[in-house]
Amino acid sequence: MRTVTASNLACYRGGRQVFSGLGFTLKAGEFMEVRGPNGAGKSSLLRMIAGLNDPSAGTLGSDGGDAELTLGQQAHYIAHQDAIKPALTVSENLAFWARYLSGGAVAAVLPVFALEHLRDTPAALLSAGQKRRLALSRLAVARRPLWLLDEPSVGLDEASHRKLVALVLKHLADGGLVIATTHVPLGLEPHHILRIEPAGKAAA
Amino acid sequence: MSAFLALIARDLKLTWRQGGGAGAALGFMLTVIGLVPLAIGPDQNLLQRLAPGLLWLTLLLSVLLTADRIFQQDYEDGSLDILAMADLPLELVALAKALAHWLTTSLPLAVMAPLLGFLLNLAPDGMALLAAGMMLGSLGLSLIAGLGGAITVGLRRGGLLAALLILPLYVPFLIFGISAATAYAGPSGAGSSLTVLAALALAALAVQPFAAAAALRAYLR
Amino acid sequence: MHNFANPTRFLAIANPLLPWIWAAALILLATGLYGALVTAPADYQQGETVRIMYVHVPAAWLALFAYGVMAFASAMAIIFRHPLADAAAKVAAPIGAAFCFIALATGAIWGKPMWGAWWVWDARLTSMFVLMLFYLGYIAVWQAVEEWDMAATIARVVALVGAINIPIVKFSVDWWNTLHQPASVFKMGGPSISNDMLWPLMVMGLAFNVLFLALHLTALRSEIAARKLHRLHMHDVGAQ
Repeated sequence: MRTVTASNLACYRGGRQVFSGLGFTLKAGEFMEVRGPNGAGKSSLLRMIAGLNDPSAGTLGSDGGDAELTLGQQAHYIAHQDAIKPALTVSENLAFWARYLSGGAVAAVLPVFALEHLRDTPAALLSAGQKRRLALSRLAVARRPLWLLDEPSVGLDEASHRKLVALVLKHLADGGLVIATTHVPLGLEPHHILRIEPAGKAAA
Repeated sequence: MSAFLALIARDLKLTWRQGGGAGAALGFMLTVIGLVPLAIGPDQNLLQRLAPGLLWLTLLLSVLLTADRIFQQDYEDGSLDILAMADLPLELVALAKALAHWLTTSLPLAVMAPLLGFLLNLAPDGMALLAAGMMLGSLGLSLIAGLGGAITVGLRRGGLLAALLILPLYVPFLIFGISAATAYAGPSGAGSSLTVLAALALAALAVQPFAAAAALRAYLR
Repeated sequence: MHNFANPTRFLAIANPLLPWIWAAALILLATGLYGALVTAPADYQQGETVRIMYVHVPAAWLALFAYGVMAFASAMAIIFRHPLADAAAKVAAPIGAAFCFIALATGAIWGKPMWGAWWVWDARLTSMFVLMLFYLGYIAVWQAVEEWDMAATIARVVALVGAINIPIVKFSVDWWNTLHQPASVFKMGGPSISNDMLWPLMVMGLAFNVLFLALHLTALRSEIAARKLHRLHMHDVGAQ
């Protein structure tokens, strides 16, 4: 995927305009940070790019990706919820997503967030931070050019935070694209900053 | 196909681990059947006449009670977002979830329900036809339960609404299930009722994926 | 697209027409009732109670017709994504449910002298009863889902699934009824009905149709007004 472009995007919820006139162009290897106060629609924007939420107006497109696939099918989405089943072990959780997303072997994924020793622990027993690491491990389960990260670093300790940054940097170096919302600076210099203003005005 | 099967396998495993399948629903069924003689008296002949209808009713109610589970967890923990984004169409996600519910809940309940008939003095010759009807219909019951679950997945108090939406859709299953089990018209009458039950289940199979997926999309927005 | 895409055109057509439609409904209703209660003869078997038919039958017919309108509007909403179609489906439901209730209540009142019981599980009444449940479910969806757009999407699904199921339910209930020796159902129509009875029935049928149109357009107009109010309110919240 060479570029992801959005122009004049708008989002309405319950008859109210959340944002409008958003636009950006993100190229391969670039990282864009989405900033804005609570309720400005940062999560809605990520869900829109993920294809979960149709744009109320405007267009979203990509260039140089697989023309057969939607943007969402070429993306990883890390939301606030971890998408983890407490009744399954760490490796079973990953194995399911690997199979579902046509990814690779789980053994290679476990070390990314240092979860090897927790491999057979039921996810119900994990701490909040460990759950977050398991959720983030989904990024390494299958290759997707576009990463959509909603507050990815919440609940992570310093070591895991560094691992996340390393993973993102590696993805960018491989020509991936990353869009993240975050209140806590990731410690990564964004190539673009997209500000969503509460009144619905946006400046890229 | 692999994703479809992976989803069914995961749901089977989850139900097995969490004990959320037919177990509790079967307990519910047993309780309701146990209350019936207390409500209408222990007259053996009366119980025998009412048995097929009561067993069908408790089957419908116990399947209904499990309807909210079908999508609730995946919706709340964010899994549904990821399921919806990937290559497998959401229609097939909905179908896979309903099939897993059928295998873990409706089918075992349909197998067990006629056996509870001995508590109601169910006529032995009616038992096989009752079981056949329930098993044929159970797929349809799960599919419709899945639809009801999808329609109410994002609502905090969706249980009552789900019941209001699902139970009227169960009317044809109930009618033809009873008709097969009581087969006043003899075995040939039972045969045609069973055929209709199978047809109803197939109709549900054709409609449910699209309807459920449309409802889920509305909640994912 | 997210408010009713330009309801002004709808209002421009509906507003001047509405008084005329109401007038036509009332005149037809008065004529039909006069025929039904005064000029039509009493039935030689059922006596004066047969006059309930002139309300019962058109109400039952309208109950089904309103569901058809609801399902059609829902299908239009899916195809054209026009919110006015969603609103049309939404406001048709309580009207249809009311006609359904009238049909059930008059059926019960009719049943009392006929069968000696307020309620008999006759095939038509049973089908009408299930139709009422479909209406209640549909209305409950609109009440349970808070966000209008979301409620509209869910309601479309519910309306269309119901529309697929109504014939199946009808077929099932008829089958069920033949299993359990049918009670003497409301037998009417056919060649035996006299002209004295037929014309009031026809006029009442027409009157109910026009009445439905009047009620539906009026309800749609107030739904549009309610949406406007809601949007103004949301605008205030957004501006804070």
